[in-house]
Amino acid sequence: MILETAAKATLYSATMLYIAGMTFYILYLFRQNDKMQNTGFYLMAAGAALHLLSILACSVTVGSVPAHNLQQTLSISGLALAGTFVIFKNRLGLKILGVFAAPLVVFIMVAALLAPAEPAEYTSLLKGFWIVSHIILIFMGEAALALAGGAGILYLLQEKQIKSKRQGFFFRRLPSLDRLDSASYTLVATGFALLTFGLVTGFIYAKGVWGKFWTWDPKEIWSMVTWLIYAILLHCRLTVGWQGRKSALMTIFGLAVLIFTFIGVNFLIGGHHQGFTK
Amino acid sequence: MPQIILTGLNHKTAPVELRERLAVGDSQLPGALEKLSLPDRIHEIVLFSTCNRTEIVFTAEDDKAVDTVKELLAEFKNIRVDEFENALYTYKDDKAVAHLFKVASSLDSMVVGEPQILGQVKKAYRSSVACNTSGVILNRLLHKTFSVAKRVRKETGIGDNAVSISYAATELAGKIFSDLSTKRVMLIGAGEMAELAVEHLISHHVSRITVVNRTFENAVQLADKFKGEAVKYEEMEAALKDADIIISSTGAEGYVLQAGQVKQVMKKRKHRPLFFIDIALPRDLDPNINRINNAYLYDIDDLKSIVNRNMEKRHQETVKAERIIEEAVVKFRKWLQDLEVVPTIVAIKEKIEKITEIETGKTIASMSSLSTEDEEAIRRMAQAIASRIMHDPILFLKDTGAHRKDSFYLNAARQLFNLDPDDEEKPS
Repeated sequence: MILETAAKATLYSATMLYIAGMTFYILYLFRQNDKMQNTGFYLMAAGAALHLLSILACSVTVGSVPAHNLQQTLSISGLALAGTFVIFKNRLGLKILGVFAAPLVVFIMVAALLAPAEPAEYTSLLKGFWIVSHIILIFMGEAALALAGGAGILYLLQEKQIKSKRQGFFFRRLPSLDRLDSASYTLVATGFALLTFGLVTGFIYAKGVWGKFWTWDPKEIWSMVTWLIYAILLHCRLTVGWQGRKSALMTIFGLAVLIFTFIGVNFLIGGHHQGFTK
Repeated sequence: MPQIILTGLNHKTAPVELRERLAVGDSQLPGALEKLSLPDRIHEIVLFSTCNRTEIVFTAEDDKAVDTVKELLAEFKNIRVDEFENALYTYKDDKAVAHLFKVASSLDSMVVGEPQILGQVKKAYRSSVACNTSGVILNRLLHKTFSVAKRVRKETGIGDNAVSISYAATELAGKIFSDLSTKRVMLIGAGEMAELAVEHLISHHVSRITVVNRTFENAVQLADKFKGEAVKYEEMEAALKDADIIISSTGAEGYVLQAGQVKQVMKKRKHRPLFFIDIALPRDLDPNINRINNAYLYDIDDLKSIVNRNMEKRHQETVKAERIIEEAVVKFRKWLQDLEVVPTIVAIKEKIEKITEIETGKTIASMSSLSTEDEEAIRRMAQAIASRIMHDPILFLKDTGAHRKDSFYLNAARQLFNLDPDDEEKPS
């Protein structure tokens, strides 16, 4: 119980750090001051670290990954997104991505904190190596794909600046199309790999629990649809050169399907991932 | 205290012929400085001259020095005073300082925000230092000028937006491609226009060039110049496959490239982005090219309107810059006023008294057995030592001798006692 209260307190603190980080990123968007960007980044990183502690503490009390109700699920996806952003930001050399990632993390966290904290049913269903890997891989993969969608949005913004020949607010603030495109590609490739492994571990787990790899569960079907979309995107990019605009549009479309698979399916259709969003 | 005076002419007050006649080239500068610094009434002098201006900053005891400077300049440049007198402006003290700050910050330039002027002023100042014509006041003033100019550049957007066609084109290319050095430029048409408009792009970033021209020899010639390769006109479409930036400037009547052709090429190059710059009139490139995915087309009018808008933005930024300059002028005036004898002596005395007080206070606080009289005696002794030590230096500052430079010793005294700690601008 004490651990749970502590977890809750750290969760609130982490959200505050995310909000502070977001504030600095928004300031950075307007002022273009690198110090603000750095401060924003470190605040996000600190938030993610605290957030991770909170979730680990929760895992200890529960004895498995805490993804038993909507609040916990949102919290984990917030951490996955923040963590993926922190890991990838410097690798991609894409400072501006924080302007997309930070508000999204804050949005998810606020939603998580506002979500009704239904008493979770701690069944033994969510214990074991395969299910834990499944959850971690899927969340990380989806976070990377969401960031790719963000890079796609930034790409379209910058493309519009150049095509319309009006060098407006974003022209100076966004990097080159090349860079946004390759960042989006890196994120899609990483996210796709994680998603693939996540699905495979899910199948193995399903075999163990229900005796079948595939059960025609709506979530399974939609996950496969998501996977296929990114598979098509990667395939076309490598063969017929779907880069730039088309690729950006696809990542945004992928992001929409992703959000539907993640949240929409549970609310509208149902299935064995139902516990997720109670 | 000497006055700071600035006199000069620039592109707004004098036509180019006159500016040329009064320009002082790098090689002439030491001679000019030597001649102008000769009269006793001129103390320190810095002169800088570019194709748009000739400006002389000096310190002197009285206004007559202005005429002396004019006459000497006329003599040096072999010109009559009345030929250029009307084009001259003369500023004193705060106004002179503000003008110098403005010039170095490029607010007074023909193209506002152009970065060369600061370097030119720096270079001229180094000559003055080498010729020993710049002293305490102008050294300080010029260093302040450099830091103000740097601040203006950093804190305002005065130099931010491209204000020439070739810069604007390069900037655009940089927003399409992340690394220009790996890209290939293709010139269609071997005219002078292409060369000029893309000079910047070519000389600073892109290393690989292809030239296409109807007359193959001309293509070869231009390609040689940029160490690129020439391609026959008929092979243009094939060459497009490997190009990234296309600059077209032929004298052709119709379009040299149609959107349909570019679409075909796009497929072959797997939709890697293409940036077209059309600087020909009438236009060479089908405007519909801009509607093709991953292809971007700018014609000369597009680039011109970007340049005009950017000019506008720079002018808006000058307001911010002027605020920075005003602030710096006030600070400089304060420093100059403090460089007088009385404020310096007062400042030294105050500093010493404060130190004595703090230190005796510490000692007394640690000795509990002292009587009130003992404490008083210790305080008096400490103060006496301090004032005895300061006696001779202060006497010296009050009368540094008839032919000595006051400001030199005052400046040294202020630095010895660190009396101006808040502006620690070291000479750069």
